[in-house]
Amino acid sequence: MIQRSALPSPATTLKRGAARRGHIPRHRAAATAAVVCALAVTLAGCGGTTKKDTDNSGKADSGSGAKANPDAPLKKGLKFAFLPKQINNPYLKILDTSGIGAAREFGGKGKEVGPSDASASSQVSYINTLIQQRQDAILIAANDPNAVCGPLKQAMKKNIKVVAYDSDTAPACRQLFINQASSEEIGRSQVQHLAKQLDYKGEIAILSATQNATNQNTWIGFMKDELKKPAYKNMKLVKTVYGDDDDQKSFQETQGLLKAYPKLKGIISPTTVGIAAAARYISDSSYKGKVVLNGLGTPNQMRKYIKDGTVEQFALWDPKKLGYLGSYAAAALASGQITGAEGEKFKAGKLGEYTVGKNGEIILGPPTVFDKSNIDKFHF
Amino acid sequence: MKPRWDTAVGVLLVAVFVTGLGTTDGFASRDNLAFAFNDIAEVALMALPMTLLVVAGQVDLSVASMLGLSSALTGELWDKGWAFETIVPVVLLVGVAGGLLNGWLVTRVGLPSLAVTIGTLALYRGLASVVLGSNAITDFPETYAKWAVDTTTVPGTFLTYPVALFIVLAVVAAVVLHSTGLGRSLFAIGAQEDAAYFAGIRVKRIKLLLFVVAGLVSAFAGVVFTLRYGSARADNGQGFEMLVIAAVLLGGVDFDGGKGTVFGAVAGVLLIGVLKNLLTLNDVANEVQVIVTGLLLVASVLTPRLITAVTDRRRLAADG
Repeated sequence: MIQRSALPSPATTLKRGAARRGHIPRHRAAATAAVVCALAVTLAGCGGTTKKDTDNSGKADSGSGAKANPDAPLKKGLKFAFLPKQINNPYLKILDTSGIGAAREFGGKGKEVGPSDASASSQVSYINTLIQQRQDAILIAANDPNAVCGPLKQAMKKNIKVVAYDSDTAPACRQLFINQASSEEIGRSQVQHLAKQLDYKGEIAILSATQNATNQNTWIGFMKDELKKPAYKNMKLVKTVYGDDDDQKSFQETQGLLKAYPKLKGIISPTTVGIAAAARYISDSSYKGKVVLNGLGTPNQMRKYIKDGTVEQFALWDPKKLGYLGSYAAAALASGQITGAEGEKFKAGKLGEYTVGKNGEIILGPPTVFDKSNIDKFHF
Repeated sequence: MKPRWDTAVGVLLVAVFVTGLGTTDGFASRDNLAFAFNDIAEVALMALPMTLLVVAGQVDLSVASMLGLSSALTGELWDKGWAFETIVPVVLLVGVAGGLLNGWLVTRVGLPSLAVTIGTLALYRGLASVVLGSNAITDFPETYAKWAVDTTTVPGTFLTYPVALFIVLAVVAAVVLHSTGLGRSLFAIGAQEDAAYFAGIRVKRIKLLLFVVAGLVSAFAGVVFTLRYGSARADNGQGFEMLVIAAVLLGGVDFDGGKGTVFGAVAGVLLIGVLKNLLTLNDVANEVQVIVTGLLLVASVLTPRLITAVTDRRRLAADG
């Protein structure tokens, strides 16, 4: 109601008043506006719709009464669209290309469409288009978990399956979310890998991003928990430093760490910026070959340091597998094998069987470890 | 009679629309049309005061930033537990204040509107970031949100409520510009500001009023945007000022002031909206869409001048 009535009154009063006389005394225009607005404020002040009145019980109704038939064959000729955050994001491009390739495997057809800027609202008009084009599934890496919600719900109402990947939407607005890896697995596996390299002994440190980055802190929490296990009794986490995902700062923090802890044997950097900066420092210093660096990095950034021996191995999820899994998950949804409910199982081509977890999440699996033997197969 | 550019844009709009009906699957559906027009509702709303400003030889580049500030403020106040009915008037007042600042700097301090509003473009966007930072507020009340989204239409039509409001305001703007003394004053100011002043037109007062209306409408557009996407963010509507100005210029409103029609501006907005929708439906890449809009814009500025040049030369030749 407010929407229709609030604007026309002041705006049209001004214009009509102005119209009659050709121009109006300024103080009258200002006074009119002020009175109208003040009135509105007072009227509205007593009672109204506030945050407390809205209940956000928008839980996912992904099942929507439909029953899953795990034995249903994958339908032929399914039409999929990948909607990345923005069309020229190189990482998502790899993912989408791989997903489109997967669709070809089961006789489907995939395409990638998307905006050229990653603003919150820019994906919305593409969702509308995909609805009109009657795609069978939309796979989306959401720029904003909520701005895309309304149109995605409309899509689901029209029996278009919605799968989020890379960046989730609000759970009510999609049927599945393909998660790169579980936080627990990322955290624990990094300690496990480093421990193996260090033969389970020595001082270690962590080079993180910013002090309040949610994902970093979750991972570090699991790292600390893993280190409590008896197998790691000869290992000691001496310090966690923060490079703020800034190349320069990460570089300096690495330098500082190695000066302050001369007995340091290993560094874990669970951020792509941090690990690359740390590797650059170590590769040109006397610590090369003495301090083990591990963590999460991209093959393109780390290739040089793997080849020159500064770093033996690092990990990251494989975007190709992520796109591939997304495509198969969407196909399983569209063919009725799964509905998005917890515990349902489906086969994702050459990746094998996957199970839908809580909140419609499917986890890709352990991160891929990159080393001398396989790094040249990856380009991202 | 001299061919008029705004009529040409209207014809082009109809032609594109009919082509769309004939060639593109899904274009004619009610859902799609409701979406396509609702998708440009905020740009369309802001294009109305912009038309009046440009006719009067002014421009307001800060409209989209005001939209963002309004959106951020709506989100922040809502998050603080304010009633939505209180938030809207407060946000509109902020729009008026922003418009007053623009208008004051232009009319009282005597700065060119282009320079002033480049400044306030940054200023208002900056304030939006101060208000909301990088947060997004999302839990807006369904009772109000439903009036902004494209799934609610005026019964029996594909017109959403923001679009219906736009139509009403467009009629108001057309009446004001084309059949009132104020409207004639705007043309006079745009054509020759000094002459208008000496003819007794209260130039400064009228310009101030225009900026206030622009601020008010932009703030309202911010509320519509926020409800439509259900997401209040400081970067909402970033870059919309260019779309608004493009639409107005495309509709044949002369950037030098003194010439233009509301009809042309409305046709310009709708043409941009329909083209975007059609090209997206046909999977035309975003880059190509930008190029198409850019070319149209250049054509819209260039063609009328070429026509004038050609007819002038002919007349000269005929006069011997």
